[in-house]
Amino acid sequence: MSGTNRYHRQTLFEPIGETGQDRLMESHVLIVGAGALGSGSAEALVRAGIGKLTLIDRDYVEESNLQRQQLFSEQDAYEKLPKAIGAKNRLNDINSMVEVEAIIADAGADLLSELAPAIDLIIDATDNFDIRMLVNDISQKFEVPWIYGACVASYGMTFTIIPGQTPCLQCLQGYLPASGATCDSVGVIQPVVQHVVSYQVTEAMKLLTGNRAQISGKLIAFDLWKNEHMEMEIEKLKKPDCSSCSENRIYAHLSYGNQMKTTVMCGRDTVQIRPQHGIANLSKVAENLRSNKNLQLSWNPYLLSIQDENFRIVLFKDGRALIHGTMDEMEAKNVYYRYMG
Amino acid sequence: MNLVINGNSMELGDEVSSVTMLLEHLGLAEKPLIIEHNQDILQKEHYRQVMLENGDTLEIVHFVGGG
Ligand SMILES: [Zn+2]
Repeated sequence: MSGTNRYHRQTLFEPIGETGQDRLMESHVLIVGAGALGSGSAEALVRAGIGKLTLIDRDYVEESNLQRQQLFSEQDAYEKLPKAIGAKNRLNDINSMVEVEAIIADAGADLLSELAPAIDLIIDATDNFDIRMLVNDISQKFEVPWIYGACVASYGMTFTIIPGQTPCLQCLQGYLPASGATCDSVGVIQPVVQHVVSYQVTEAMKLLTGNRAQISGKLIAFDLWKNEHMEMEIEKLKKPDCSSCSENRIYAHLSYGNQMKTTVMCGRDTVQIRPQHGIANLSKVAENLRSNKNLQLSWNPYLLSIQDENFRIVLFKDGRALIHGTMDEMEAKNVYYRYMG
Repeated sequence: MNLVINGNSMELGDEVSSVTMLLEHLGLAEKPLIIEHNQDILQKEHYRQVMLENGDTLEIVHFVGGG
């Protein structure tokens, strides 16, 4: 393909034009999370022709993802492909001119700090507020805008956070659910994912093409099933003493979060364990466990899956493990040490 | 008293006179919310003082985590 015609409809759109397209092609976007929202944003931005996309995700593809995570196929689920890899494969097929960097990891403070200096914009596609708070501190510290997005059931919400301008997520902390309280078991429908993605990607295009004046500046929420649409001006909630965006900033979320960490994964009967020091030799672990006839082992180049009577343990190269079959962090740790020493 | 909440018209007894009472009435008292009253965003600390009148409009949203 010559590529000369590729972005024709987009450059015809006057606010973008050739200049905007050139800017898009020079920009580097980080998407944190490659689930439902991440898949949607990634596909849209890659089709639009951004220069480089970095995707971070800690999970692998499962059958129950296919209803709404548009980059993945049945084959990806069958192979238990890490989402970052499955997404990269599909994105390369869609637009080979965009550089896609796939990172299989938990988005921790060190990793984000390393990436941030080269990033023009961060799109939030995570499923929890712990990582969002981390992203928020990174955004303020490195002066990179980020676009919050989230959805559950038929309800979605988005807000664009611009350092030095809008309130940040830390300013809104008193209005957020308590940590761990966001595990919803009410499901989600695919159109609301698309709706949030539409807002996030459009805001991203405005920012990246030099159309900052068009940024909505409002908190937007909607319930597609109940036919409700809300927009509010939240400027007044900016806190003069905010610990992330005021003069008294301390970036509290960056200072912890590199120790061993256990996280209960939303609505999945799964606990993630992230050890302090990463890297696991998967073939060695498999070799050690092979003599144990009570275990079923399966693997691909990125992860090793261990099934015992009660749990399934999925071990990644960066040393992380997902313990399926429990929501109890202590129990998960015990299972982890049983096999990983 | 008639209030318009998230675009939907709602008939309420006059005893629901403040934002705090409205939230209790709707079963949202303990929920983390962001509330706009007649286009004006409210600080949490002020819910008790803000009085409601016939015809007021409110937008009530809550943050969610899923993605
Ligand atoms: Zn702030």
